[in-house]
Amino acid sequence: MTKNIMIVGVGGQGSLLASKLLGHLLLSEGYDVKVSEVHGMSQRGGSVVTYVRFGEKVYSPIIDKGEADFIISFEKLEAARYLEYLKPDGRIVVNIQEIDPMPVITGAASYPENLIEKMQAKGLQVDAMDCLSLAEQAGSAKAVNIVLMGRLSRYFEIAEEKWLKAIDECVPAKFAKINKEAFKLGRA
Amino acid sequence: MKQLMLGNQAFARGLYEAGCSVVSSYPGTPSTEVTEEAAKYDEIYCEWAPNEKVAMEVAFGASLAGKRSFCGMKHVGLNVAADPLFTCSYTGVNAGLVICVADDPGMHSSQNEQDSRHYAESAKVPMLEPADSAETCDFVKKAYEISEQFDTPVIVKMCTRIAHSQSLVDTQERILPKMPAYEKNASKYVMMPANAIRRHPFVEERTRKLTEYAESCDLNRVEMGDTKLGVITSSTSYQYVKEVFGEQASILKLGMVYPLPEKLILDFAAKVDKVVIVEELDAVIENHCRKLGLEVTGKELFPIEGEFSQNLIAEKLGVRAVKVSGLEENLPNRPPVMCAGCPHRGLFYTLSKNHCRVLGDIGCYTLGAVAPLNAMDMTLCMGASVSAIHGFNKALGEESEGNTVAVIGDSTFMHSGMTGLANIAYNQSNSTIIILDNSITGMTGHQQNPTTGYNIKGDPAGKIDLESLCRSMGIERVVVIDPYDLQQCDKVIKEELAAKEPSVIISRRPCALLKYVKAKPALHVDENKCVGCKACMRLGCPAISMKNGKAVIDTTLCVGCDVCRQLCKCGALQTGEVQE
Repeated sequence: MTKNIMIVGVGGQGSLLASKLLGHLLLSEGYDVKVSEVHGMSQRGGSVVTYVRFGEKVYSPIIDKGEADFIISFEKLEAARYLEYLKPDGRIVVNIQEIDPMPVITGAASYPENLIEKMQAKGLQVDAMDCLSLAEQAGSAKAVNIVLMGRLSRYFEIAEEKWLKAIDECVPAKFAKINKEAFKLGRA
Repeated sequence: MKQLMLGNQAFARGLYEAGCSVVSSYPGTPSTEVTEEAAKYDEIYCEWAPNEKVAMEVAFGASLAGKRSFCGMKHVGLNVAADPLFTCSYTGVNAGLVICVADDPGMHSSQNEQDSRHYAESAKVPMLEPADSAETCDFVKKAYEISEQFDTPVIVKMCTRIAHSQSLVDTQERILPKMPAYEKNASKYVMMPANAIRRHPFVEERTRKLTEYAESCDLNRVEMGDTKLGVITSSTSYQYVKEVFGEQASILKLGMVYPLPEKLILDFAAKVDKVVIVEELDAVIENHCRKLGLEVTGKELFPIEGEFSQNLIAEKLGVRAVKVSGLEENLPNRPPVMCAGCPHRGLFYTLSKNHCRVLGDIGCYTLGAVAPLNAMDMTLCMGASVSAIHGFNKALGEESEGNTVAVIGDSTFMHSGMTGLANIAYNQSNSTIIILDNSITGMTGHQQNPTTGYNIKGDPAGKIDLESLCRSMGIERVVVIDPYDLQQCDKVIKEELAAKEPSVIISRRPCALLKYVKAKPALHVDENKCVGCKACMRLGCPAISMKNGKAVIDTTLCVGCDVCRQLCKCGALQTGEVQE
C-alpha cells in the first residue's frame, strides 16, 4: 500500500531538505519512492507543496485530494489550505508559526484565527508544535524542517539511528550536529 | 547503482552515459536543471547561451563537427529556437543531436500552456516522451541512437511532473561511441533552395521509416489487463492511469509521440471493448486515432487546460468521485512575492508612485504586476517589453512617451531585448527602457548570463558591458541608478521620461539572494514614533506587517535594504542594531 506524505509551507522555508531526507531514508528502507517538488525562485514567499510517496510500487508522482496519510506543515495557514488532501484518518503535523501572506500584509485580508482549534473541531488528528522555538533551542532557526521530521518519525517503525544516519548523509557536515539535535527535540 | 534522481537530473545522466560532449541551453522552468546537472560532469562541455535559438545552433554546429550534442529549453523557448529546428530537420545531423523541451501544463511558472508536440509534427522531427526518471535516462540514450540511425534531430519532451519528480534510476557507465569525422557535404548542409528541394523528400521518407520504427520499437509498449477498457496514454498521464486502474484496464503506453504508430494502435484497439485517450493539453493522440478511423473517447471527457491527476482520471472514467472537506472559510491566498531586499521593489515603487505605464517582460520582476505595487500593464514574452514600447509610442506619440517605460531584466535583455533596442535606435522613438540589472538570471534559480562575467561553472568569463552596448547601438542617454535610492530613482525616471530622445536607465543592484551579497543589520521600529500611517506598507515587503496599529519588522527576513526607511515620515524606522 502506497503511503503519502505532503510537505507544505512558504517558499524558502526549507521543504526541499525535508523531502530529500525522507526520500533518502525510505529508499534505504527498500521502498519504491517518488518525490515531487516545486523549483524556481518564482515560488519564493508563495505557498509551496512537496509530495513524498512510498510503497512497493509507486506510479503517480503527486498526491491528490483525500490521499495524504500525513500533512507536514511549516506554517499554520498552509496546513489549513491543504486540509482537503488529508485522508479521513490522516494526521497533520504543524509548526504553529504564523507568516502573513501578502493579502494580509496589504490589509486586503486578515490572518484567520483559531486554525488549530478549527482543525481539531473537525475531528482531525493534529500535532501542533512550536518548531521555531525548538529549532532555535537546537541552534538554528533554519532547522524547523528537521524538528518536523523528528515529530513525523514518531509514527514510523524506523529506528531513530536510521533517521540520524540519513541526516548525516543529507546535511553538510558542519550543520549535522544542530540538525540531529533539532530532530531529537522534535521526536521527544 | 540505483539512486533517486530528479527527472532533469536523470536526463543529464542520460546525456553523460550516451557520450554527449557539447551542451548549450538557455534556462527556463521546468527545464533548467538538465543543463545545470550536465555541467557537473567534467566530460561534457556546457554553457548558458544568450537564448534558445543560439543554443540550438551551437548544438547543431557541434553535431555537424561530429560530436553528440544537446540543447535544453522550456516550451516557449522552442518558439525562439523554432527557426533552426525546422531547417535542421532538413539537413539532418552528423553526430546525434538531442533537444529537450519541457512543457508546463498547469502553468506553474509559464506565460502560456502550449503543447510542444505540435512542433514535432510540424518540423517533422521525432519526439520521445518519458514517464519517469528511469525512462528519461534510457530515452535520452535511445534518442541519440535514433538521431544517428535516421539522420535527424530528436526531441525528448519533458513536463513539470516528470522534470521535477524524483524516482529511481539504475545508472550505467559512460560509453563514447565512435563518431563520424567532419566532412564537407554542401548539398546536405547548405540549405539554399536547390539543395533544400532535394532534402524535403528525404524528410518525408524519413518520417515514413520512423513510423515503421514506431510500430515495433520498445519505446511504445502494450500492457494487457482487463479488456473492457483500453487506454492510450503517455508521460505522467500514464502514471495516473496506472494508479487508478492497475491491471483493471489494458494500456498502450506511448514513449514515442511523433511519429505515432498506426498498426500498433489499430491492433490494440481491436483487442479492447472501448478506447479512451488520456493525454494532457491538446488532442494530439486522439486526432491521430480519429484519422485512423477509430472511435475513441478523449477531450469530450478530459480537459484541454491544466494538469491531470489520479482523482481526475478516476472521476472522469466513473471509477470513483472523491469527496473531500476542508475548513469552511475563505483562507487568504499566498501568491509568490518579491523577496525582502529585492532590488526591483524600489524601482517599481517609483514607477507606481509616478503612475507610469509599464510594459513588462519575463522574470522575477513580473511580480511588480501584483498588489500593492500594481506597476505593470503588459507581459507577453521574452524581450517584448522593448519592442512593444516602440510600437506603443509610435501609436500614441507624445501622449505616451512622457509616462511609459519598458522594464526588462539583464538576462532577458541579452536574450532578445537587444534587437528591440536596435529598432528603437534605428527607427527613433522617444522610448524609455529600464534594464533591471540584478546581475543574475533570477527567476530560474541564479544562472549566469553574458553580463555577469561568469560562466555556468562559476569561472570567470567574457562580460558584456551594458552601458557601452547601449551607447554603441546609438542610445546617447544611458544612466545608471541604484534602486535602493528612491530619491535618485524618482529624479532620473522623471528626467528620462521628459527627454525628447530614446534613453536607457540601468537599475543596478545584485539580487539580494546571491551568496556574495551580504545583508545589513535588520531595521527596527521605534514604537513611540510609529503613527501607523502604513506608508512603508506600500512597498509590499514581506518583512513588514502591522500589529496593533504599528509597523513590525520581521528581523529574520529583513536584509537592511533601507528602502522602507526612506518612506517613513516620522522617523520610526531605524537602521542598525536596536538602541536601548
